[in-house]
Amino acid sequence: MKTLMRSAVTGLAVLTLLAGCELGSKDVVQRGYRGTGMELVMVPEDRVAHVNANQPPEPAPPQPAVGPKAGDIYQNVQVLGHLSIGEFTRLMASITEWVAPEQGCNYCHNPQNLADDSKYTKKVSRVMIAMTQRTNEAWKDHVGNVGVTCYTCHRGNNIPVNVWAADPGPKRATGMVGQTPQNYASESVGLASLPYDPFSSMLLGDRDIGGVQADTALPMGHPTDLRDAEWTYALMMHFSQSLGVNCTYCHNSRAFNQWEQASPAKVTAWHGIRMVREINGEFIEPTTPWLPEHRKGPLGDALKTNCKTCHQGAYKPLYGAEMLQYYPNLAELGEGVEDLDLFED
Amino acid sequence: MEYQNIFTRVQVRGPHYPGVPIGDEEMWRTGSPTDNYWAGKLGDAQIGPIYLGPTGVLSLICGFIAIEIIGLNMWASVNWDPVQFVRQLFWLALEPPPAKYGLGIPPLQDGGWWLIAGFFLTAAILLWLVRTYNRNKALGMGQHLTWAFAAAIWLYLVLGFIRPICMGSWSEAVPFGIFPHLDWTAAFSLRYGNLFYNPFHMLSIAFLYGSTLLFAMHGATILAVSRYGGDREIDQITDRGTASERAALFWRWTMGFNASMESIHRWAWWFAVLTVITGGIGILLTGTVVDNWYLWAVKHGVAPAYPALEAVPPADPALTGAGQ
Repeated sequence: MKTLMRSAVTGLAVLTLLAGCELGSKDVVQRGYRGTGMELVMVPEDRVAHVNANQPPEPAPPQPAVGPKAGDIYQNVQVLGHLSIGEFTRLMASITEWVAPEQGCNYCHNPQNLADDSKYTKKVSRVMIAMTQRTNEAWKDHVGNVGVTCYTCHRGNNIPVNVWAADPGPKRATGMVGQTPQNYASESVGLASLPYDPFSSMLLGDRDIGGVQADTALPMGHPTDLRDAEWTYALMMHFSQSLGVNCTYCHNSRAFNQWEQASPAKVTAWHGIRMVREINGEFIEPTTPWLPEHRKGPLGDALKTNCKTCHQGAYKPLYGAEMLQYYPNLAELGEGVEDLDLFED
Repeated sequence: MEYQNIFTRVQVRGPHYPGVPIGDEEMWRTGSPTDNYWAGKLGDAQIGPIYLGPTGVLSLICGFIAIEIIGLNMWASVNWDPVQFVRQLFWLALEPPPAKYGLGIPPLQDGGWWLIAGFFLTAAILLWLVRTYNRNKALGMGQHLTWAFAAAIWLYLVLGFIRPICMGSWSEAVPFGIFPHLDWTAAFSLRYGNLFYNPFHMLSIAFLYGSTLLFAMHGATILAVSRYGGDREIDQITDRGTASERAALFWRWTMGFNASMESIHRWAWWFAVLTVITGGIGILLTGTVVDNWYLWAVKHGVAPAYPALEAVPPADPALTGAGQ
């Protein structure tokens, strides 16, 4: 009986100790010089399941670009007026599939008058289409030939699953105690104690991300604030989680700030940061006055984009499926659209 | 033969022994002795009496105040919710003042509590050091324990007091909190260009891991020769018996060299003490003398260079103007 108890207790203790381990074999992809630990570690079964869950939908049959233009036939077509009727209809149908498969056309349109701008969803969609075109056109350094479509983020949902809004944090007592915006178990930073809203200041605002380390061996006046390091660290946790990779996907971890030793992916990420800032600041944030309360965050701001919105755990969204080639109408802004004020009421 | 120092199967229970007479100071020795079965599993079953003394009492009071300030700040940060306090305890923190206050006195909610808690915690630790010194003296012992404790306090003071003063800002100090201080450690290494290239950090790690190795080697050796009386280590220092001979022979045969019954304790003491002394030097030099340890290591030929990647080596897009 005593032996039984003892082995039961020992067994339980061993199980508890091993509970944090991930069983099974791993695939390791070398991404840098040998010995630097620059590698991507994957659990094959998990990765296969994730790849299968991140496949683009069948593209709609292509339509000829010839014939009368949508802008000449329909009223109030501001960003897609240069498309042929066929292309325009095809894109509308695809957007419905990608964004509002259940509600259909009426999610954005007034069925009595399709040109009517009374629904906020229609005005937001227009901005989002322009945003997608602008992103594919101006941010090739980040999106490359993979590009983005509405589906990259929406995946059949009205609002993409992974979005963020300014986070006031949990309620805390006021008065004589600290209000540092960190030190809670936060999903946004991989359950670390790091600042829980790295997005407002770094993916909407332009708080410095890369200036943590000094460029000289000896102190030559590089400003120091360890909390700055924690903010950058918080954002990097988000990068890592969103792409399903570890630090060494981009960095040589012995010298995090060195470009010369980094993987080219670090440059892609650098452009991505600027791209997301533009998306959030120039396109999403200005739609705030149109939005109903249930489409806003706890502090009344719009739901915005971060790395996870598109990447969703994959190092390239949809594992690099070049979906944009089937939707060339989303690859660039129509002529003159850049000068339009899409936010005019 | 049933009795062994560690994991003994015999409960050591003699008549309760209060300790040597200490005359006037008797009033500070409190608590009537009791026996504890689980304490007896590991060593002597007798618990108490304890000698607190004025420094002990003051130290406990200061320690209590420090823990109280830290705990209440943490509890307030979850709006006095007891469930969240327990759930998030490992994540909660009392943070030092932000950089903008430098070494000035910040408001209570912006690091002021951290300074007060730090003061009381430091007072508690230093008072305990004095008490350690006094008790050693009273028992006519050497001050090895005092010096060892002082070495640990050196690292503590460098982290939370000496280095922040050298840097001119309390914000350089460590927050109170379980995960927050770990995140701080990582952020500290990131800010100062990778602590692994700090030679004193290297030494500290070598001594730390060396300490555990020595502890295991010594503990195993003594347990292995207790059957020959090897557990009476102190006797065998001056009166070497077969246990001592066998232990020495074992190590001489396996690695060509052996410590003696006395010197092994000096080895262990110095390894333990040097862990925190070298660690403290490494932290003190960080930011004050060296701003980026990786670049320092490159400059002095410590960090190897790797061949360029086949892919085009990236450059800082902000400098090359490739950005938008």
